[in-house]
Amino acid sequence: MKPLRHTWQVTLRHLRAIFRQPAWIGITLIQPVIWLLLFGALFKSIAHIPGFTGGSYVEFLTPGIIVMLAISSAGWSGMAYIEDMESGVMDRFLVSPIWRGALNAGSVAQNVIIIAVQSVIVVGLSLAVGGHFPNDVGGIAILIGVSALLGASFASLSNALALVVRQRESLIGAVTSITLPLTFLSAAFMQLTLVPGWIGSVSRFNPVNWAVQAGRSASTEHTDWNLVATRIGLLVVLLIVSAALATRSFRAYQRSI
Amino acid sequence: MTEMVVAQELRKTYPGEIRALAGLSLTVERGTIFALAGPNGAGKSTTVKILTTLTLPDSGRAWIAGMDVLAQPNRVRHAIGVVGQKTGCTPEATGRENLVMQGEIYGLTGRALDARIGELLERFDLVDAADRPTRTLSGGMRRRVDVALGLVNRPQVLFLDEPTTGLDPEARSELWEEIERLAGDEEMTILVTTHYLEEADRLADQLAIVDRGRIVAQGTPDTLKSELRGDAIHIELAETVDAARVESALRSLRGLSEIRAEPRALRARAADASSAIPAVLGALESEGVAVSSVTVARPSLDDVYLRHAGRIYRDIEEAA
Repeated sequence: MKPLRHTWQVTLRHLRAIFRQPAWIGITLIQPVIWLLLFGALFKSIAHIPGFTGGSYVEFLTPGIIVMLAISSAGWSGMAYIEDMESGVMDRFLVSPIWRGALNAGSVAQNVIIIAVQSVIVVGLSLAVGGHFPNDVGGIAILIGVSALLGASFASLSNALALVVRQRESLIGAVTSITLPLTFLSAAFMQLTLVPGWIGSVSRFNPVNWAVQAGRSASTEHTDWNLVATRIGLLVVLLIVSAALATRSFRAYQRSI
Repeated sequence: MTEMVVAQELRKTYPGEIRALAGLSLTVERGTIFALAGPNGAGKSTTVKILTTLTLPDSGRAWIAGMDVLAQPNRVRHAIGVVGQKTGCTPEATGRENLVMQGEIYGLTGRALDARIGELLERFDLVDAADRPTRTLSGGMRRRVDVALGLVNRPQVLFLDEPTTGLDPEARSELWEEIERLAGDEEMTILVTTHYLEEADRLADQLAIVDRGRIVAQGTPDTLKSELRGDAIHIELAETVDAARVESALRSLRGLSEIRAEPRALRARAADASSAIPAVLGALESEGVAVSSVTVARPSLDDVYLRHAGRIYRDIEEAA
């Protein structure tokens, strides 16, 4: 009971903070439009490359954009921690009997909610510009689910990192230098049969690629359920490890202050 | 059990060989206000961080209401309230929302929580401001929300880390009255840190002066002041002088003690300042030193600090 109550309070607090910033809501809603339409137009002719089998490029791109948006919003999760450290809120929580796991879980829950909303917008847009989702709602739900799983891990890792580095600049540097390369070392924008072999090899160990592949396979024709299941399994393990790390990082933070 | 806070030989060094605490011990009795005074960097905040379970000492032990701070941090957390140096309010949330969350953290729910929050809002004169985001409140009001947050769980021991820093004089004296009321009516034990000696003088039943990570003097403000005999004489000089030469010129004067010369100022103590001053001025004149002002004061905590820490409080503050 106590962990749930605490987690709910932390979630509520994060949601409140973002919903009271109209500019933030605007940016969050517009981002999916920009990415999907911009990338869709820019790389449209990829679908004409010999060997490309993904149907229209927008259709192929949709899962990639959903996963990319998930990690790019969740990656910044730690910024809220740093704000809390600066304002004194973090210290107030840490001298209280709040369950430490709730501080991460609540932040993750808020990120998952944002990811779900953004993903629904991308799917809607994709449908509007002619995309198809043969597996209907079930496939779309799995796509959004794997993005949320990956986003939850990224949010946890970002929170853990924030507790260790305690500096905005360090966190910004780390997040930008991790999320973008991981996105490009995956099948988010390009079919892996068409990329250099080494990228294909690296991508097998890339959680972003796990989510892209599982999400794309689940939402398009000829779903490889075996691939979907194993990737979801891997993402669950990653989330457990990340969440444990995020909760433990409070010790590192408390030792250093 | 009347010892509500006990710290024993606390030591802590931060990375880079920054020694924050060098064996600090203290005891606070139930229902009293204990002030830790000293300049920035003296170790006051580190002491509070350790006692409130925020961080760990390198060595030493501490107890709150008989509970071991290092071994039972979560039990200690239920027994304490903390008002930190920084605000601690979530800026986007209203005062009420901040208080609800704080209450839930301590296991208060439903009607009991509503009642407690109503009581605190009333008490801190926040009823009208309760539903505004705390970001939009004045500094004094936000500070009152902070104190209310620290009291939600009816703590046995309340920690206030520099509670009045940055407040205007009116807000400061209102907060002082509230702190006194808490200790008086509710028998709460309060540990307050401050770098305003005036604040310590006004509030504290017991005062400890901290310097370089340890307590250098302790007692009631009156005892500490009465240890100093006589009046303090402070003379501002019109020009920069050789401090050693001025000191030696004054040393022969009768009834004058604790002479400390600085390049442009001079401090001394005299049993009866009004009769000592003519002689002092005479001696300075014969040394060719021009005087720009003379002040005489009854002993203050500044003087206590000067005596025990061997440094002048204001100077350290300015340097910090």
